[in-house]
Amino acid sequence: MAMAIRVFMLLLLFLSSSNPSFSLYEDQVGLMDWHQPYIGKVKHAVFQTQKAGRKRVIVSTEENVIASLDLRRGEIFWRHVLGGNDAVDEIDIALGKYLISLSSEGSILRAWNLPDGQMAWESFLQGSKPSKSLLFVPTNMKADKDNVILVFGKGCLHAVSSIDGEVLWKKDLVDESVEVQNVIQPLGSDIIYAVGFSGSSQVDVFKINAKNGELLRHNSAAFPGGFSGEVSLVSSDMLVALDATRSILVSISFLDGEISFQQTYISNLIEDFSGMAVILPSKLTGMFAVKASTFMVFIRVTGEGKMEVVDSINHAAAVSDALPFSEGQQAFGLVRHEGSKIHLTVKLGHDWSSDLLKESIEIDHHRGLVHKVFINNYIRTDRSYGFRALIVMEDHSLMLLQQGAIVWSREDGLASVIDVTTSELPWEKAGVSVAKVEHNLFEWLKGHMLKLKGTLMLASPEDVAAIQGMRLKSSEKSKMTRDHNGFRKLLIVLTRSGKLYALHTGDGRVVWSILLRSLRKSEACEYPTGLNVYQWQVPHHHAMDENPSVLVVGRCGLSEDAPGVLSFVDTYTGMELNSFNLAHSVAQIIPLPFTDSTEQRLHLILDTDRHAHLYPKNPEAIGIFQREFPNIYWYSIETDNGIIRGHVLKHSCNLELADEYCFDNSDLWSIVIPSESEKIIATATRKLNEVVHTQAKVTTDQDVMYKYVSKNMLFVATVSPKATGEIGSATPEESSLVVYLIDTVTGRILHRMTHQGSQGPVHAVFSENWVVYHYFNLRAHRYEMSVIEIYDQSRADNKDVWKLVLGKHNLTTPISSYSRPEVITKYQSYFFTHSVKAIAVTSTAKGITSKQLLIGTIGDQVLALDKRYVDPRRTINPSQAEREEGIIPLTDSLPIIPQSYVTHTLKVEGLRGIISVPAKLESTSLVFAYGVDLFFTQIAPSKTYDSLTEDFSYALLLLTIVALIAAIFVTWVLS
Amino acid sequence: MGRRNLHPSLSYLLIIFSLFFSLLVCSSAFQSDELLIDDEEFGLEGGAARSPDLVYTTPVRSRSAVPTRKRSSDPDSDSKIQFALEHAFGDSDFSPAGTFSARLKTSNHGGQTLTKLRFSRSDFAETEKEKFEKLLKGDDFYRIRLPSNVLSPPGRDYIISSGESSKCLPREGLDEHFVIHMDGINILAVNYGSPGACQHPRQMKLPAKWSFNSHTVLKSTEQAPRTQMFAEEIVGGENGEGEEGVKPPERSFWAKYWMYLIPLGLIVMNAVTQAMNMPEEQAAGQSAAQAQQPTAAVPRGPNPAVRRR
Repeated sequence: MAMAIRVFMLLLLFLSSSNPSFSLYEDQVGLMDWHQPYIGKVKHAVFQTQKAGRKRVIVSTEENVIASLDLRRGEIFWRHVLGGNDAVDEIDIALGKYLISLSSEGSILRAWNLPDGQMAWESFLQGSKPSKSLLFVPTNMKADKDNVILVFGKGCLHAVSSIDGEVLWKKDLVDESVEVQNVIQPLGSDIIYAVGFSGSSQVDVFKINAKNGELLRHNSAAFPGGFSGEVSLVSSDMLVALDATRSILVSISFLDGEISFQQTYISNLIEDFSGMAVILPSKLTGMFAVKASTFMVFIRVTGEGKMEVVDSINHAAAVSDALPFSEGQQAFGLVRHEGSKIHLTVKLGHDWSSDLLKESIEIDHHRGLVHKVFINNYIRTDRSYGFRALIVMEDHSLMLLQQGAIVWSREDGLASVIDVTTSELPWEKAGVSVAKVEHNLFEWLKGHMLKLKGTLMLASPEDVAAIQGMRLKSSEKSKMTRDHNGFRKLLIVLTRSGKLYALHTGDGRVVWSILLRSLRKSEACEYPTGLNVYQWQVPHHHAMDENPSVLVVGRCGLSEDAPGVLSFVDTYTGMELNSFNLAHSVAQIIPLPFTDSTEQRLHLILDTDRHAHLYPKNPEAIGIFQREFPNIYWYSIETDNGIIRGHVLKHSCNLELADEYCFDNSDLWSIVIPSESEKIIATATRKLNEVVHTQAKVTTDQDVMYKYVSKNMLFVATVSPKATGEIGSATPEESSLVVYLIDTVTGRILHRMTHQGSQGPVHAVFSENWVVYHYFNLRAHRYEMSVIEIYDQSRADNKDVWKLVLGKHNLTTPISSYSRPEVITKYQSYFFTHSVKAIAVTSTAKGITSKQLLIGTIGDQVLALDKRYVDPRRTINPSQAEREEGIIPLTDSLPIIPQSYVTHTLKVEGLRGIISVPAKLESTSLVFAYGVDLFFTQIAPSKTYDSLTEDFSYALLLLTIVALIAAIFVTWVLS
Repeated sequence: MGRRNLHPSLSYLLIIFSLFFSLLVCSSAFQSDELLIDDEEFGLEGGAARSPDLVYTTPVRSRSAVPTRKRSSDPDSDSKIQFALEHAFGDSDFSPAGTFSARLKTSNHGGQTLTKLRFSRSDFAETEKEKFEKLLKGDDFYRIRLPSNVLSPPGRDYIISSGESSKCLPREGLDEHFVIHMDGINILAVNYGSPGACQHPRQMKLPAKWSFNSHTVLKSTEQAPRTQMFAEEIVGGENGEGEEGVKPPERSFWAKYWMYLIPLGLIVMNAVTQAMNMPEEQAAGQSAAQAQQPTAAVPRGPNPAVRRR
């Protein structure tokens, strides 16, 4: 009996001390979370419309996704996200049932079953040197009832069986160092021609027996002018290439292996041609398309390499590949922009003058230009040929056009999110009718009656379904106004295409989207890239009639010293308020904690010439800035050199042009990390807007530890140079991980610690006075997570009540980064099963609620791990008092509780980042995870202690009260 | 009964086992602690005893080193090295300001460490005094730098550091405090500043004595303790702990059973009051009925009492 009690007590203790995990009931899925799957910008598309019950299109994208989409609605049938370094080169259909994908620069060939996306086979193609990759699926080449797939990759030509992926033969062309450009199969023969360049000026033609890979003939000829790379196949025995100067078109004829060249000057074809020409990659028959300066020219090649211009188009346009659709006929699609409309024309391959189809469609100008067109034919009800076109727009969205209308469109730009910020929604104004969204009284009553039935367990299955449906589409959560709890916000999302989206946190719909003018490709700005988005103006004083705005920072080019661009966007309307091109580059952006009288936040932009530029450029801002001048410090990290420097502002710049918003700086401190033993791989800082509720931590023995809470702390992780590669490339003896905690005002190293035998990749998160980081332990062959907590020792004496009463404490002395800190650190390491893609921490409005780590696992899920598990004070045998405080007995590894996955059963494919935003309600934090997919949810790390749950039945409460009152009266009367 | 006999012996065994286990754990934890202690954390002239954990500083009064004794070109032995401290006033160029000398210790596995660090600070020359006063007036930074590699200065780059502002340095003399973070023969970082806290509205004050009072601390890296592995032991240990470790604490009888005692007390009190009432009634009216069997009178007793209330 005593035994039983003890066991019971133990169980009780165990239950009470552990498992602070929270979880979700099945019927709560989708109540406050949403998930949106995307695929990214489409690179290739193949249609699967013959002999298939449901028409589909299979696409591969720049996010390394292979997906099968429903042609009718654009939904995803199946989808595979290949790894980040497994870019898809080409896709095609083989045997009518497999989708063949070539990826990783021609080294991995996979076959996917078309209906369900199961992988049928996979083969790794070996090769010695990186080269261009090429996939060629001949239509009717049989080798023992087997269709052969020809792949050129890594300098070798492979023939692969399409049934099981076995390599039938392999032809090594490395010795000749030939880059095969095209593989040509003359109709109905077993002989193939592989045409390629070796060096920059020699053309090689290989005649190969496709059945056994026997080399029948090898011809080569040199062209003195050299080639620029791209080629276009115009017929089965002729290629067109550009010479090295890109001003001469060269037709290469290789009839029966004999190579002959013929040159045509572009200036002879196009009168006012100057500069460079580019051959477009579209595969047409008998002709090819050239982009020369602003226009696109279609050139037909006749007989002996004679060229003539068929048409030239002045507007932005895109051309599809040729599509064989009936006996010997080929068609191609052409999309042109004119004003706000796009014109789709489908022409016959050999006859330019006739149009098979001509349609014009109104299109939203925020979708930008058409980048790619894929056409497909179908047979209309009147037995004529119809065409549909799949177009990829500048904002990476995908649309299907058919019969002059947009059948569906997908916002696939959202698969490449760069940065996220949030914005509040407008206040509920008197003018805006809210009653509109509410149902009428009857509906309301009916809803409540249903809910009541549900709670009293009287509901039939249909009723339950109705209740669930009602909860899911509760109009409350998707309103366009601010709510009391701060759950409704706008997520402002910047994508790689330069499009800015505002997503509603309630249901994830796109409220507005805008293709930023400053981030569009133009003459002045060849490769615009978006960098960050910041909150620019958050009105508090005039919150009713002023709109908040965000600042989008980008740069005009790929290198860091490219000039920057700024854009200001109103977050309520989605209008671009202002934008300018900067004269300087953008290396680092520092939002300062000051605002001017219009509540615009001051930002300091640092360029690569080490000047600091102040924005907004107005005299008031400079006034505020001058006042705070000596208190502004920042740091810069030179990752390649291994130097961290601290800077302080000096005076105005010494430029030719006087600019009072530009400042010079001088070095204040530097930390030189020895390059022969360490290399910086990760850094982490605290979030600027993080709130810390309490500075002290009361331990069990009634002792107080003061957290060293400083905004100026930097976590740096370095590894030994040998250990920078993949896990396993270095031995434990030669790899070590060193972590630093640095004060960025003075350059003090507050803590430095070496983990022997460990290596990266390191993911770290810094919050309050602790940092948690994740790395690989080579000795233990496991991933580890370590925590460092830092406590202020100089205030540790303020424990005595009498000292506080008598005023003999130092709590009122200002805390300065410059007074030498007396800190102590506590640390501990734990094993962790998963490798990690991202780590974040929950943040709440006042910082009272306990914290959870949000870990993006390798399985693309988000795991919420209570910070209590990652506590350096955990011991094997905590005392009773420690247990009451919530210290969990020490285990060597961190638990992964299946219920604590925030993403429950969903996956955020290609997870790249997690952000956490506080709601107004202290217990709740909003979590947004992005990758190829988007996922949003609300989490309450300590449960919703400050509000009733969503499904709380007010009706039942009322009923109980009424019943109790009735009972009181009844008993009163009876007594 | 036999089970009871067995039980203590078993628990003894378990206690012994868990004690043994906890000892094991303790000793391993202790070992990892020991790794942290750096035997050669600093070596300073003066050799004052250091307190074990907190204060790593030992004051070194530089005996107003003669400025000519700078960078003696011929080292006494191959293991002795010197490197220069340089300073700058505001944005001026760096100029020599002192010399660190140390003994280079080569351990048998090839690692090199510095020990016995000595520092000789040159006093300010007249022009430097003027510059420093100007610096004080301008509230600018007094900056110092060290080479990042002590064997082949300056290494890849100089390590720069500066105090909060020049105004913090002057006290009676000029008080300064160096914390040098080393990794083998490389200097990672130097923290320079005044030894104590510097009051925020900084007073402009000229030093009474133009001599330096230098404190130097040499710090090298800490080793992280190895993550303990006790997946197997904890399973075995937990059973042992179930008997000994997580034993519910001994509480008083009252603390254990108050929830039963209070209602019991109430019932007893109720019964007592009723019993007090009963004799009254019985005495008043029913003395004759006393001959009846008492067993029947007791259950009947409370009923009239209830009704009367």
